[in-house]
Amino acid sequence: MMQRFNSDWAIEANGLVKIFGHNRAVDGVDLRVRAGTIYGVLGPNGAGKTTTVKMLATLLRPDGGSARIFGYDVVKEPQIVRQLIGVTGQYASVDESLTALENLIIFSRLLGLSRTEAKRKATELLEEFGLVEAAKRPLKHFSGGMRRRLDLAASLIAQPPLIFLDEPTTGLDPRTRNQMWETIRRLVNMGSTVLLTTQYLQEADELADRIAVIDRGRVVAEGTADELKTSIGNSSLQLKIDNPQHVEMARQTVERVLNARANVSADTGKITAPMADADRVTDLLIALREANIQLAELSVQKPTLDEVFLAITGHGVKGEESA
Amino acid sequence: MNHTVNRELKNYTSFRQTVQQTFTMAYRSLLKVRRTPEQLFDVTFQPIIFTLMFTYIFGGAIAGNVHNYLPMIIPGILVQTLIGASVASGVQLRDDMDKGVFDRFKSLPIARIAPLAGALLADTVRYTIATVLTFAMGFLIGYRPEGGVTSVAFAAVFAIGCAWAVSWIFAFFGVTARNAASVQGISMLALFPLMFLSNAFVPVKTMPDWLQWFANINPISHMITAVRELTNHGTIGSDFAISLLGAAVIVAIFAPITVRVYMSRA
Repeated sequence: MMQRFNSDWAIEANGLVKIFGHNRAVDGVDLRVRAGTIYGVLGPNGAGKTTTVKMLATLLRPDGGSARIFGYDVVKEPQIVRQLIGVTGQYASVDESLTALENLIIFSRLLGLSRTEAKRKATELLEEFGLVEAAKRPLKHFSGGMRRRLDLAASLIAQPPLIFLDEPTTGLDPRTRNQMWETIRRLVNMGSTVLLTTQYLQEADELADRIAVIDRGRVVAEGTADELKTSIGNSSLQLKIDNPQHVEMARQTVERVLNARANVSADTGKITAPMADADRVTDLLIALREANIQLAELSVQKPTLDEVFLAITGHGVKGEESA
Repeated sequence: MNHTVNRELKNYTSFRQTVQQTFTMAYRSLLKVRRTPEQLFDVTFQPIIFTLMFTYIFGGAIAGNVHNYLPMIIPGILVQTLIGASVASGVQLRDDMDKGVFDRFKSLPIARIAPLAGALLADTVRYTIATVLTFAMGFLIGYRPEGGVTSVAFAAVFAIGCAWAVSWIFAFFGVTARNAASVQGISMLALFPLMFLSNAFVPVKTMPDWLQWFANINPISHMITAVRELTNHGTIGSDFAISLLGAAVIVAIFAPITVRVYMSRA
């Protein structure tokens, strides 16, 4: 049976609920993800991100609500949904005691590739993900970044149109994280849809076309990165003045030039002010130089996830147990 | 943006695919055995040590001499070793399931039974090693089965098949238990009485009446008797039929519920 489908929506989830004991881990999540885009699900540990992904990926049965992947119901047609998705979990789901090559060959064979096709596909993916040299080594000797790359490679064997990436960069060093970001962007350029969960606002900002902020099992905000950021607030500018006697004068200058309220931290003596327009900072620096105020330090602080949460939910990020 | 995907989509897995996926999973298990040969300790050393130990300790007391005891004890030890090895299948399955790779298996469009059936199928290789070693040890110390080579081979296949069926029980323990150690604990607790309250080591006639009753209905006794009749006389009797029927019932009950539990546990 050959089916042709033409769907604008890669994911349509309505009121998804998952209850573990007394804990409503996911409490009515709605998501709509347009095909061919990167969608970010942003939230702290225990917000229900992983549980949501597991329901969408047919790994968990929803206790309420419904979800469709390219129009196919995750509960009624799970085996079709599994043919359309690739899942890369929070922890690398590859076989520790086997080599990278063996892992990929086994997954390829399971997906119905012949022995020669499986071998070719595995080699091709290892090349693409820069793992050729390590192909024959058992994974025990792999670094965290290599494991994640292999895990992602394994999700791409069947070239699924939708890929779930559950916290793909948690625990990776910045260099490896950037490589991962590159790979994710490349996937979308090839036409895939990506749903990625993350705890990092910066990651969602860098990659996602749209972002859903999720907290305590609910979507508390949704929009493009820009839309969200405006709702959250701006970056802030932090200045440290060389001579403590000039701090008050500097604060007044900052307020005048940036046209915003500036605070002076009592213990560090740092001046903090919202930075709505980066261009104004040039004026500020000139003004400070003209007033002969010397700077010891200057930095720009982007809004942190903590601040996003504070702004949207009214409470900070709580270190709850991961669901 | 419009995304048209052309691929064959079906909401079921055909029997042929299921078999192929099971074999791939079995191949995976065998690769793992090759990496960690320690997994074979129980099926290599146990037949050797137990055969020597039981034969020389009990041979004189039970059968008058070692030689006369062999036709009785070798099938007993064979079945004991195989059932013990099938417990290890459940323990290893639990251990394996705790690793992340099982999450991926669940997300793949493959038959739900394949990861379990594959692991258990691969274990028949371990059972074969145990069987060959038990008969070889027996032969070394003087066992000459009167049923002949063909009957012994047939008995071996029969015993391995039964062990595979029984391993579904322990696979069920494996998917339900909290961790590998508790699988081992529960299984051994169930197995020990079954093993010794049977005709494996002593003639049932020597037991008190109430124990005879149990030893005679014990499925392990039937299995051992079926192996003995084959190896020692080359005949097939009711015990053979009962054992096969029992094996079929075990698979029919435990395979579906094991897969069900495995699926519901994320």
